[in-house]
Amino acid sequence: MQRKQRLSRQTAYFIPYVLWIGLFVIAPVILLVYQSFFDINGHFTLGNYQTYFSSNTYLMMTLNSVWYAFLITLATLVISYPTAYVLNATKHPQLWLLLIIMPTWINLLLKAYAFIGIFSQAGIANQFLQFIGLAPQQILFTKFSFIFVAAYIQIPFMVLPIYNSISELNPSYVNASKDLGATSWQTFSKVIFPLTLPGVKAGVQAVFIPSLSLFMLTRLIGGNKVITLGTAIEEHFLTTMNWGMGSTIGVILIIAMVIIMSLTGGSKRRTKRGLTK
Amino acid sequence: MAANIQPIVRLKNVCKSYGDHQILKNINLELEAGKFYTLLGPSGCGKTTILRTIAGFTDVTAGDVEFDGQVVNDLPANQRQVNTVFQDYALFPHLNVAENVAFGLKLNKVPKAEIDKRVAEALAMVQLADFGDREISEISGGQQQRVAIARALVMRPKVLLLDEPLSALDAKLRKDMQYELRELQQSLGITFLFVTHDQEEALAMSDEIFVMREGEILQGGSPVDIYDEPINHFVANFIGESNIIPGKMIQDFEVEFVGKSFECADAGMRPNEAIEVVLRPEDLDIVAAAQGKLVVTVDSQLFRGNYFEIVAYDTDGNEWLVHSTNPADEGEPIGLTFDPQDIHVMRLNETEAAFDARLEKYEDD
Repeated sequence: MQRKQRLSRQTAYFIPYVLWIGLFVIAPVILLVYQSFFDINGHFTLGNYQTYFSSNTYLMMTLNSVWYAFLITLATLVISYPTAYVLNATKHPQLWLLLIIMPTWINLLLKAYAFIGIFSQAGIANQFLQFIGLAPQQILFTKFSFIFVAAYIQIPFMVLPIYNSISELNPSYVNASKDLGATSWQTFSKVIFPLTLPGVKAGVQAVFIPSLSLFMLTRLIGGNKVITLGTAIEEHFLTTMNWGMGSTIGVILIIAMVIIMSLTGGSKRRTKRGLTK
Repeated sequence: MAANIQPIVRLKNVCKSYGDHQILKNINLELEAGKFYTLLGPSGCGKTTILRTIAGFTDVTAGDVEFDGQVVNDLPANQRQVNTVFQDYALFPHLNVAENVAFGLKLNKVPKAEIDKRVAEALAMVQLADFGDREISEISGGQQQRVAIARALVMRPKVLLLDEPLSALDAKLRKDMQYELRELQQSLGITFLFVTHDQEEALAMSDEIFVMREGEILQGGSPVDIYDEPINHFVANFIGESNIIPGKMIQDFEVEFVGKSFECADAGMRPNEAIEVVLRPEDLDIVAAAQGKLVVTVDSQLFRGNYFEIVAYDTDGNEWLVHSTNPADEGEPIGLTFDPQDIHVMRLNETEAAFDARLEKYEDD
């Protein structure tokens, strides 16, 4: 009797979580899948998927999304790894980390508007170019500014997991590597980087997946020069009111995310190899 | 120490401090080729720091580190001809056993066939010939220890530095590894510098021991020298168990303690100088109270397997530790006898140099 009570109390603790997941994750996904099988007039159809896979526009858009997500992730990684590395060697890494995380507390929309100001014709960026003697450039509404701002926004999500994996690295691995004759670069490429790869993978996941579906920045910063799947979904739901097609793209995006998760999340290297000899 | 033999490694007046904290105070040390050296001391005495200055992981605040007579203070760790076995082994978890051992050879661009051969040799040397394909996480602590040794030895260093490599192993394995390490060192003829806080380990394995305390080398010498003639209270206490009794030197070869005078083997001190005598528990023999040079009363005893550890008190209240193969009766008086050479006299605050000089003077007579 008492055992049963305890069991039921444990179950009770799960209720908020299960409700949340059910209402806000599982139900919407089911709705999305369901909706993707209806055309604009509410008739059941497989046409949305047919359209998607036979239309050059959508396939290009998909490639575009993947390409830009890749560029954003690459830019973020190239900036974040050295940052995390240097951070780990500083005296007060927690303080610096806090400074890096702080921008994430600010609303995305506000940050986007701030960059509109910075990159505009009369903005700080152009003032600086003038100051060093260059002609003002069109910075806003370019592919460059889109990648720049997207990378800026994503950097904290890349720095954190990489920083964690670097700070967990046993310093005697570095000494052992040098002891065996490795230069600093060899120590980095053969010991430090491979051992911090889990952090890099986590960071890539955290950045690449959201980058696939960025839509607000494409409009505000990219000036619709960059059309990604995120933009397409927004268009279908808000402008053309073709919710079926929007849902189809959403489903495809979710499938793409699952594939990326399983590719980057993969099992730890060769843990089973020695056992199966 | 023959003067014409060039030491492989020499530390000259080496000091190391972090801010106001002095880790090493004027360390002088010479390592000759093919010997097994041990740095012995309690934790925090600076022994690992000495290892790190030789390996090149730490720079010295003052003084010189020399290899073969060349100052190497500014030579980075990866260019020094020494290799280290780390306390936590520091085996790379992303590489398997053979890849770990091959790591240094690959960096040196050694041809593939030679790498394979040398890795196989090194693994065979530590009795892990069939373990090359195993992952580090799949082998035991003792095996990891061996891999760490193989990974260092495969580089054929002139000097192998070992930083408390046995401290993580259980007692039985530890003993086995002590024998194996000693054998390895003798068959390879490489100089070993071994760091430990375990005096038994140091006594069993070393050709020469350096006893350290608070950043200083208090005494260096063979295990027998250090055991039989500790320079001061700290060394006597740290190496083995001992009875340290205050006394005074009446004249050369005559010492007084517990109110009696005894013949002894030490000399070279001022008449009536206050000293301390050391008597090892195993040098004390139990006889009937009437026949003893000293009479003590047994307080307690413990059976230690191969001997009885007896604690007794003399009339002055000094505690006497006696190791005996026969039990004693608690609360009963017993006699203790010992030979003149079992008494070792220590001057208070004598330096190693002064100690050696005094020893030489009266032993020449």
